[in-house]
Amino acid sequence: MLQFALRRIAVALGVAFTVAVFSFFLLHLSGDLAVAIAGPESSAEQIERIRVEFGLDKPIVVQFLEWLGKALRFDFGRSFYFQDQVTTLIAGRLGVTMSLGGLALGFALAVAIPLGVVAAIKRDTWVDRFALTLSVFGQAMPSFWFALTLVLIFAVNLRWLPASGTGTWKHMVLPVVALGTYAMPAIMRLTRNGMLDVLASDYIRTARAKGLRPATVLFKHALRNAVIPVVGLAAVQLGFMLGGSIVIETVFSLHGLGHLAWEAISRNDYPVVQAVVLLLSVVYIAVTLVADLLNAALDPRMRSS
Amino acid sequence: MSETVASDPLAQALPRVSPLARFARRALGHHGFLIGAGVLGLIVLAALFAPLIAPHDPYAQDVARRLIPPVWDAKGSWDHVLGTDKLGRDYLSRLIYGARISLMIGALAALISGVIGTAMGVAAGYFGGKVDSVISYVITTRLSMPVVLVALAVASLVGGSLKIVILVLGFLLWDRFAVVTRVATQQIRHAEYIAAARCIGCSTWRIVMSEILPNILNALIVVATLEMAHAILLEATLSFLGLGVPPPEPSWGLMIAEGKSYMFFKPWVIVIPGVALLVLVLAINLLGDGVRDVTAPENRN
Repeated sequence: MLQFALRRIAVALGVAFTVAVFSFFLLHLSGDLAVAIAGPESSAEQIERIRVEFGLDKPIVVQFLEWLGKALRFDFGRSFYFQDQVTTLIAGRLGVTMSLGGLALGFALAVAIPLGVVAAIKRDTWVDRFALTLSVFGQAMPSFWFALTLVLIFAVNLRWLPASGTGTWKHMVLPVVALGTYAMPAIMRLTRNGMLDVLASDYIRTARAKGLRPATVLFKHALRNAVIPVVGLAAVQLGFMLGGSIVIETVFSLHGLGHLAWEAISRNDYPVVQAVVLLLSVVYIAVTLVADLLNAALDPRMRSS
Repeated sequence: MSETVASDPLAQALPRVSPLARFARRALGHHGFLIGAGVLGLIVLAALFAPLIAPHDPYAQDVARRLIPPVWDAKGSWDHVLGTDKLGRDYLSRLIYGARISLMIGALAALISGVIGTAMGVAAGYFGGKVDSVISYVITTRLSMPVVLVALAVASLVGGSLKIVILVLGFLLWDRFAVVTRVATQQIRHAEYIAAARCIGCSTWRIVMSEILPNILNALIVVATLEMAHAILLEATLSFLGLGVPPPEPSWGLMIAEGKSYMFFKPWVIVIPGVALLVLVLAINLLGDGVRDVTAPENRN
């Protein structure tokens, strides 16, 4: 277990470094940043001044090492647009995105796991078909459009919930539902398939044959084993949701990381963009690392791969 | 049937059916496949013959006829079946031309990412060892980066255009191709026909092209439909956020973005393009699920 954990952590650190290299060079190689920052109307002298001011005249490897050295100390420099430390900006926005992502994942799990279990138990009935249809539609819906449709129905027509902004718990309902629905189809399908496999296995037949109550068989024997793969998937989905938060936060005017990233991207505020790309990647790497270690602790067979 | 056939009971029990005929027979009995293929076929036809079908010029503005509601509304008219947008452009015509953008982006992005991902996945699965470790590492790295964010950042720096969106998505969405082809290749790597091909002196290239690829084709088609749908949704998202296909192109995502400020009073301006996206992506997904069920019924669950 220790050897597996150490190897897995080493890979995670390597991937994090590669992402850092990538997010730095991607933004540098895709255009002249000094021109992008200065704007289209500025003169050659202005561009040159910006180049020196932001250290863009140094060799790119030197720029990268300086950036990485500071990034390791959580110093991502100063935002071009907001005139604030990037770290301060991110710290101020992190809470909204984390609570949005966490609640959305919780909502997705709370709906998708029971639905998947029921669909597996009532296989090939209308419940099963309803769940599958729902997941097919869920996968085909553009998340921003689903969010706007929720606003139309629940904020404009029914007037139950506010359309955007922050303040009360009511402001979080629509964003959480919109983001969570995004993760539901995959979780539902995996739970259903896992349950179907487990229910067909020998030990469930044994448990039934020795006369255990159906509920005991279902919850103590079957569900426990069926949801193990869902742990890994939930980690992956959390990563997708952090990426998806950029869309949902923009639609609902929630001032979280996603909204910050969008503002920074549309204003060529690249220190912020680099920091957010790196941060979201590192969160994803960390969450999948924890999920892998958790899985390996629960199921020794996972340690060999 | 006749006495002569009955003399060979095995031939009667197992009629000779070509793989294509078997595929066609199973496909025609699969509702999802039929619906998906039918709807996708109609949308492809509409996109191909857009200049013939579209009742108006999708770019022609008419300030006097702004935000006309669709025909089912009391104030609608048959002249503009789906109404007009804020600049008086015919919504139905824009929708039809928009199908071209979605389909082109979906197909080309899936093609680019398919070539990249399949090359990586087959190499990793066939050679194994160090090659596999390196490629798996690259896949893990790619998976840990948020697609929407990276695509937005690049599109914003380079400047959003149809070409850029296709290239960015093509170079970002290869992960699932790589993951699936890697596993599929690993499963057949030690098969006897591969060993036989190696024994008679086939080159690695030839083994990959004529032994491995045809045998993982089914899995490839399924992933290709998934990624096509994925690319279409991502293009709509990028265009919605204002960093994808630029105006005045009739991208469905852009139509939703442009209608957003009017949606409280004229909900159809966002409902219509959204439903179009939903129907297109749904059709592609149904087709992909159908291909999976029809080619590999044992994997159905």
